[in-house]
Amino acid sequence: MKILALDTATEGCSVALLLDDVIIERGEVAPRGHADLILPMVDEVLTEANVKLSHLDALAFDRGPGSFTGVRIGTSVAQGLAFGSDLMVSPISSLAALAWGVFRESGHTEVLALIDARMDEVYWAAFRCDERGVNILVEEQVTPPEQVQVPTGAWVGVGSGWASYAQRLQHLLVLKIEAERLPQARDVARLGRNAVTQGKLVRAEAALPVYLRNKVAWAKS
Amino acid sequence: MRVLGIETSCDETGVAIYDSEAGLLAHALHSQVDLHAEYGGVVPELASRDHVQKTLPLIREVMDRAGCQVEDVNGIAYTAGPGLLGALLVGAGVGRNLAYAWNVPAVAVHHMEGHLLAPLLEPNPPVFPFVALLVSGGHTQLVAVQGIGRYELLGQSLDDAAGEAFDKTAKLLGLGYPGGPALSRLAEQGDPHRFKFPRPMTDRPGLDFSFSGLKTFALTTMNTIGDGVQDKADVACAFEIAVVETLVIKCRRALQQTGMHTLLIAGGVSANRRLRERLDAMAIEEKSSVHYPRLEFCTDNGAMIAFAGCQRLLAGEQHALAFGARARWPMESLHAIG
Repeated sequence: MKILALDTATEGCSVALLLDDVIIERGEVAPRGHADLILPMVDEVLTEANVKLSHLDALAFDRGPGSFTGVRIGTSVAQGLAFGSDLMVSPISSLAALAWGVFRESGHTEVLALIDARMDEVYWAAFRCDERGVNILVEEQVTPPEQVQVPTGAWVGVGSGWASYAQRLQHLLVLKIEAERLPQARDVARLGRNAVTQGKLVRAEAALPVYLRNKVAWAKS
Repeated sequence: MRVLGIETSCDETGVAIYDSEAGLLAHALHSQVDLHAEYGGVVPELASRDHVQKTLPLIREVMDRAGCQVEDVNGIAYTAGPGLLGALLVGAGVGRNLAYAWNVPAVAVHHMEGHLLAPLLEPNPPVFPFVALLVSGGHTQLVAVQGIGRYELLGQSLDDAAGEAFDKTAKLLGLGYPGGPALSRLAEQGDPHRFKFPRPMTDRPGLDFSFSGLKTFALTTMNTIGDGVQDKADVACAFEIAVVETLVIKCRRALQQTGMHTLLIAGGVSANRRLRERLDAMAIEEKSSVHYPRLEFCTDNGAMIAFAGCQRLLAGEQHALAFGARARWPMESLHAIG
């Protein structure tokens, strides 16, 4: 199985090439450098592995939620590469990628992922992870931090929302918090592999962002 | 050489395929005007969100219409600025990465160079050197053009662009957004002699413009009269004549100052009928020729980007894998080719 994965949805910018059980990756934290960095990173991993885009089984990308512009950069890269190489695409949630990152490194299964959505809100969802992948327990949504609610469990908190709104999340009981963790392409790749196995792929034109926040303009009175 | 062009700098998604031998093969446009109308102006985030949904379907459409196979395309051109950064990044991202996948060169095109070269898509294209008036909702510039990439700014608007003044005055007249074309239609019913608006900055030397005062003049005038349809038409007419005459005076001055005999007009306002008539008349007096894009290429479109990109690709230019876009990008900083 060969999957190329991209993540530009938050401050991080990363690319991963999954070749069965091997991962070749590049990554940087570069809040404003995504457009400059991403395609050179893609080129590097493909060259290093001597793999052509047309050899891939699918292309996975972080479809958000996250920075609107960052998510669209990743989407436009995925669209261009996939359309141009006749690849099917797996759009992956940034929150799911965060949850899988926690599980991959620490084995914690119950993960509450929160990304700072600005404007006094967080993008969030709750997951239960196992070796096969992530299962969503509370659907993705954008709410004020006070409205984040999860069933009782051994939760690990992850994502920038925990750092930005620490005071306003004190109603939640968590084992530990990984506020510094960013979504990473290697986790997008791993979740993308599940999508390939399950046949949940879309055409390039249907590789679109998920913003969660959809009220972004106000009519003039 | 056959080039796919992509334009997403503002509120239109435009895609086209231009062939250096056969000319324009196909073009398609998706306008977002309705999307932004209720907000009274372009909402950048909504524009970006729409571009990311429309760009690939339009590319597929023009490829089909042109009967183009992937291997027929030799390069991709995308608008990299100036414009709305988030909107630009969509076209740049899709275009640059599609070029990578197709293993063809990509070139970043300057939006205003695209407009400036659009009349070269027409039969009997202008020959360098010429004076260009770029006149749209975002720009009012007079440029001396010696060749592609050889641009000298002669003058520009110090405040509102001409098209912006049209839209703002149209709003005062209750014509909605974007009201420029509606204002021109209303002006056709107006009495050209009832009011006389000033011709800003024509009483002193120089080729700069200022249009924001005309909008204020329109408002002041409207406050002294009724708000019947004929009153509004008369104001619209006086306003349009003032803008057009100002542009004509400065174009004449630019031709005289440069000693050139070819004038080219591009950008959304170049579709204005009164402007075209008055410039044609002036050009005859100045023993000059005047060139326009066809009406559908006055506003933003993919054809002008495919054409401009093709010229630059033919000159060997190509863009690195990074695809950054620029909200601001002085046209004088472009490289000359040829």
